[in-house]
Amino acid sequence: MKNFGISIREVENIRVLDISGELDAHTASQLENSLKALIDQNEICIIVNCKGLDYIASAGLGVFMAYIEDVRGMGGDIKLTNMNERVYNVFDLLGFPTLYDIHDDESEALTGFNK
Amino acid sequence: MAASNNIYSLSVEASTSQLAKVRDFVAEHAERLGLSEKEIGNIRLAVDEAYTNIIKHAYKNIPAKPVEIELGSDNSHLWISIKDEGESFDPGAYNEPDIKQRIKNKQRGGMGVYLIRKLMDNVQYNRSGHMNEIRMIKHL
Repeated sequence: MKNFGISIREVENIRVLDISGELDAHTASQLENSLKALIDQNEICIIVNCKGLDYIASAGLGVFMAYIEDVRGMGGDIKLTNMNERVYNVFDLLGFPTLYDIHDDESEALTGFNK
Repeated sequence: MAASNNIYSLSVEASTSQLAKVRDFVAEHAERLGLSEKEIGNIRLAVDEAYTNIIKHAYKNIPAKPVEIELGSDNSHLWISIKDEGESFDPGAYNEPDIKQRIKNKQRGGMGVYLIRKLMDNVQYNRSGHMNEIRMIKHL
């Protein structure tokens, strides 16, 4: 069975979630729990680094859809970085690049938060 | 229509715990047909979305319900059929999702059917007795 993994780092007061493996309707709840826990602690400047993410289905995108309004309303953001081409393609098919701040590299997203 | 070559089938329960197994099943056979990595990725995702919709909508997350998956090909097409005995889906009543509006309303879901249509060349929904079938076709 394929795994999904998630770990959290702190970089310059920004919370960075490193996600890896396959994000689908089975594993989306793990990402959701981590995001929700951060938001509940008022940690609203969040980067999701997708470097290790091999696969995403719409259930994974749904997690981002559910929380972005709350986070932006509180003055934060969820920025997405380091997607491989296949994963980016799924975001692109659904028009996410115009609605989310997506960067090639984590450092660009950090710069965006520190502006 | 040309006769199908080998047909492969997989029976699973309707459970998200089976998603990886279902994706790997179709990917393995698509690979044998010589499809590109990108096309195999598209087929994996389309099948994932169709199977997830069956779990969530046809069976409303009730466990241990049957799902039958078949994959076959002829010289010009690959087809994947997924059958369930749950509530049927009316494709005519489906509207393309307005993602911006959904984000505003903190809604999620409703994207699977749209993705399947984008990723596959032809998608058919059939109902026969108590059985629903989604049949997804890719030109080779």
